Amino acid sequence: MKKIEAIIREEKLDAVKVALENLSYFGMTVSEVSGRGRQKGLTLQWRVGEYCVDFLPKIKIEVVVLDEDVSGVINAITTNARTGEERGDGKIFIIPVEGAVRVRTGEIGENAI
Amino acid sequence: MSIDTGDTAWLLVSTALVMLMTPALAFFYGGMVRRKNVLSTVMMSFSALALVSILWILYGYSLSFGPDKGGIVGGLDWIGLMGVGQEPSSVYATTVPHLAFMMFQATFAIITVALITGAVVERIKFGALLTFGALWLTLVYCPVAHWVWGSGGWLANYGALDFAGGTVVHVNAGISALALVLVLGPRRGFKERVPMEPNNIPMVVLGAALLWFGWFGFNAGSALTAGGLASNAFVATNTAAASAAFTWMILGWINRRPSVLGAATGAVVGLVAITPAAGFVQPWAGIPIGAIASVLSYYVMTWRNRANKIDESLDVFACHGIGGIWGALATGIFATAAVNSGGSGLIDGNGKQVLIQLAAIAVTIVFSFSITWFLAKLVDVTVGLRVAPEEETVGLDISQHGERAYGGLLR
Repeated sequence: MKKIEAIIREEKLDAVKVALENLSYFGMTVSEVSGRGRQKGLTLQWRVGEYCVDFLPKIKIEVVVLDEDVSGVINAITTNARTGEERGDGKIFIIPVEGAVRVRTGEIGENAI
Repeated sequence: MSIDTGDTAWLLVSTALVMLMTPALAFFYGGMVRRKNVLSTVMMSFSALALVSILWILYGYSLSFGPDKGGIVGGLDWIGLMGVGQEPSSVYATTVPHLAFMMFQATFAIITVALITGAVVERIKFGALLTFGALWLTLVYCPVAHWVWGSGGWLANYGALDFAGGTVVHVNAGISALALVLVLGPRRGFKERVPMEPNNIPMVVLGAALLWFGWFGFNAGSALTAGGLASNAFVATNTAAASAAFTWMILGWINRRPSVLGAATGAVVGLVAITPAAGFVQPWAGIPIGAIASVLSYYVMTWRNRANKIDESLDVFACHGIGGIWGALATGIFATAAVNSGGSGLIDGNGKQVLIQLAAIAVTIVFSFSITWFLAKLVDVTVGLRVAPEEETVGLDISQHGERAYGGLLR
């Protein structure tokens, strides 16, 4: 099992969610996060002129998948979260998962995801 | 004279409208600061409501409007509202109970103190602010109110026109804000241009809208009668607010986008500028008065922003100082006897009125700047104006009030 942590643009959440559903991954955890990569900051308007915000709002999706699905899931996320802009589309991290437990039944391992 | 029930009803309603402007200002300012300082900013205005209400009935009203002492200040004959009762005053608002006029004036004193707080948010010690507020009301607001509005006040006798408080409220607050902030100094991180993001712009817009609403009481109420003059002031007020909001929006649009924060700011600046003029000018004059106010204030704010020297945080000077100075000057230009027999300006061929207005502005600037600077120094060496650096970093909500605005990790 692997945990896929994808940090993506806010406006790409729906497309990524649908793509994951199409791969039968309905379960996921979504958080509103702030951060920055090469995009650095965001320029907003004050009453007059502008100011720069250091951290941008992003969406973090966490989904735990079977080892054999990793490349498919990553492909689904990258194709659906990409905009063609020069920067700011986000990052994906793949993390090995030690185990999983379904709280309701106590099922463990791959059956629990 | 006997009591007119229509006038009395309108003045009581106007008083309640102006009272609402202070919590409205709390929202207007509160939305513009960082999330860790929103409560403290709201409290600065809200506490002015409590503090000034008490001081006003104890001695503030008497100092401002009591029997004249040499044109400079009112006497203490009406201390604790002695002699201020249900019968009309013989000199002020002679068709309404004296108590109603006193309370109407109280709401002006309250908001003027609250206006200054926009300059000093996010780093002033709360106790120091209250101390300063009490001293400032006594030694700056009361005398200036007497000069302009008091029976026998020297600026009134000199012929200065100020319908609802352009000099007394706005020039006074704007200049004092500047003086106070020069003593207090900038917020940590200001010089380094650390981003200070407004925490809630819808709250700013709500505040601006409620200020606009309350301003009908401020300006149309200042007619002190419920009739044609109040109606004229009402329409002029709305027109100036609209014109200024629209102008600011366009200025923002030219540079990038029509900013919401900008439109809300513009509306307030327009309201400031029409304040001294509302009962002296034709309603159409609200259009140029509002538009020019926005342009002036916009560029002063832009200049302050670029220079990055003075952390006059929420631009009380650019909004109220500049808006008020322009409004007082504009009153001298657009006042016409067709609206109010009490005032003729350049438009009526009376160019001298512009000079009188300029003189009144200059006197107010010099007086309020110097006394405020002195009072700020006094509070700084006794109580200390600033919070400790770590208190500032944590935020004033926690360090001054032990509360946070947006609590609860879980929904």
